[in-house]
Amino acid sequence: MSAAADTISPAEIAKFTEIADTWWDPTGAFRPLHKFNPERIRFIRDRLAAHFGRDITEPRPFAGLRLLDVGCGGGLISEPMARLGFEVTGIDAGAENIGVARLHAERMGLAIDYQVAAPESLRAAGHEYDAVLALEVVEHVSDVSAFLGAVGGLVAPGGAAIAATLNRTVKSLLLAKIGAEYVLRWVPRGTHDWRKFVRPSELAAGLRRGGLALSEFSGVAYDVARDDWKLTPRDLDVNYMAMAVKA
Amino acid sequence: MESKASPHPPASADVAADIAADIAIVGGGLVGAALAVALARHGIKVAVIDRVDPAAMVDERFDGRASAVALSSQRLLAAIGVWSHVAATASIREIRVSDGPSLFFLHYDHAQLGNEPLGFMAENRVLRRALACALQENAQHVLRLAPAAVTGFSQDADSAVLTLNDGRRLRAQLAIAADGRDSLVRDLAGITVSGWSYPQVGIVGTIGHARPHDHIAHEHFLPAGPFAILPLADERASDGTAVHRSSLVWTERSDAADAYLKLDDAAFLAAIAERVGSFLGPLHLIGPRFSHPLGLQFASRYVEKRLVLAGDAAHGIHPIAGQGVNLGWRDVAALTEILVDAQRLGLDLAHPSGLARYERWRRADNLLMAGVTDILNRLFSNDVGPVRLARDLGLGVVNRLPAMKKLLMRHAMGTVGDLPRLMRGEAL
Repeated sequence: MSAAADTISPAEIAKFTEIADTWWDPTGAFRPLHKFNPERIRFIRDRLAAHFGRDITEPRPFAGLRLLDVGCGGGLISEPMARLGFEVTGIDAGAENIGVARLHAERMGLAIDYQVAAPESLRAAGHEYDAVLALEVVEHVSDVSAFLGAVGGLVAPGGAAIAATLNRTVKSLLLAKIGAEYVLRWVPRGTHDWRKFVRPSELAAGLRRGGLALSEFSGVAYDVARDDWKLTPRDLDVNYMAMAVKA
Repeated sequence: MESKASPHPPASADVAADIAADIAIVGGGLVGAALAVALARHGIKVAVIDRVDPAAMVDERFDGRASAVALSSQRLLAAIGVWSHVAATASIREIRVSDGPSLFFLHYDHAQLGNEPLGFMAENRVLRRALACALQENAQHVLRLAPAAVTGFSQDADSAVLTLNDGRRLRAQLAIAADGRDSLVRDLAGITVSGWSYPQVGIVGTIGHARPHDHIAHEHFLPAGPFAILPLADERASDGTAVHRSSLVWTERSDAADAYLKLDDAAFLAAIAERVGSFLGPLHLIGPRFSHPLGLQFASRYVEKRLVLAGDAAHGIHPIAGQGVNLGWRDVAALTEILVDAQRLGLDLAHPSGLARYERWRRADNLLMAGVTDILNRLFSNDVGPVRLARDLGLGVVNRLPAMKKLLMRHAMGTVGDLPRLMRGEAL
């Protein structure tokens, strides 16, 4: 583990490396994430296209922009971002995740810089990115405020950050913890610790500490009728995303 | 899944030697070629495999059928740059439905719904030629593998792999089976079909007539089945005069069809004239006659890992409403919308949510049309007195209910339901 002074707890890392090989099986353990992915990416793409003035009907619309994917896991977001033209760096605390991500990117013919690292170490090395993503990672770190401070510090002036996490509400306890882990078995038991879920106000405060101004919140909710996820701008009770920009 | 038939097993898993494309389309017919053009125009690299040499497909002897291109299908073909290459079409401005010799008939007039026609008639070879032109225009994104046959289909973690009869292998993110009712790829993937054959045969041919058709389509319900006279574009005779033409779709009982097909031209023409009536003036035969067994068939599922079914490979219906190929084009428009969306999200084109959305979107619509055509055929292809009376009263009622009639007309135009954007005249 190269990342020193890290905010990531070892118990959390061990949990994910166990199932890392199954990252890319859309019908396997990460099926919920694969199902969740299109709507998350749509939010990221549309907000970043608006922010950077890019046309999404063009091939590789984000060419020339650098993107950092914090907590990239097996690369489920990094790869689409690379196909959309970003020059992508993906970091994760789990070495096996990075191993899987590298292997898969190579098979896909995508040049992505994957590193076992924490945002703090990149920041210490003076790196900056036009866009920084921190998706479903905030709820797994031991110090949310320090983590978001580091994320904010990695955003270049004029850049943007997008975070996605789970809200700490009774509804999220019922749906995301008990429902998803114990009833529907969407994710393995013990994937989440509800007490570490992050309220929007806490997320906003952390981003502010990193020098970012919050521009938008949107919920993401599962639509039973369509068996798919959709953005719910006013319902932040369970899964939600935030867009923030740096002046 | 292992490939089930492969006379040329690959010597090694030499992925680099495989032909690569984003999407592999098996079948380059009216549906497969339209899909290839639609995807290629949006920057998706496609390979099209067909058993038939593209040059042979546009011969009059290959396919003597004509298709009723619904208004929504015409919008799709225009949006993907195919329609401008369609050399000759006749618009359908009215549809007249009559029940044999009975007085009751249903009359659809496009003028009741604004100025747009209900659809267009185009000969399949004319459509195939237009599709070939459009494929040529998008050549930088289209790889044509024809004539070539698929002998094996398998999937691994990243790709669908098709083995060809010349030993080559094609690797793509997604394979699309558009290889017709007897889809080989569907069978290789283990997707079953259910359905039944009708005790009917579709006799198809083209007639010339002395009087113009005035862009009116006629459907006579005869006891053996529907007999349709569909307006085609005029042709110029060698002396420069216009030859008025119509396409016939004559549904006949299977046990009687053979006898009609064996008649000499004069007797065959006489049998046609008896059914058409006198309103088109003296008739003559143009081109060869064809016959097609009729059946209803639907695939148990449309989606398999890295494979989807489209067009007749997924659903085959009775030609009574002229909707078969239009359903296939709806599949094309829906798939294009879903795949272009996936591409613009940087996703694997075969990501399961997209494929699931396609199946949900198209299966219900296709099944509904299969059911409607089946019921219509059963209702009209008989001469049972009470049934006749009931349906004639029904036709008469429909003809007097403007709202109901407009809905049925919109069905013929293909503008009902959850239409893909390319069929609403919107760009992706």
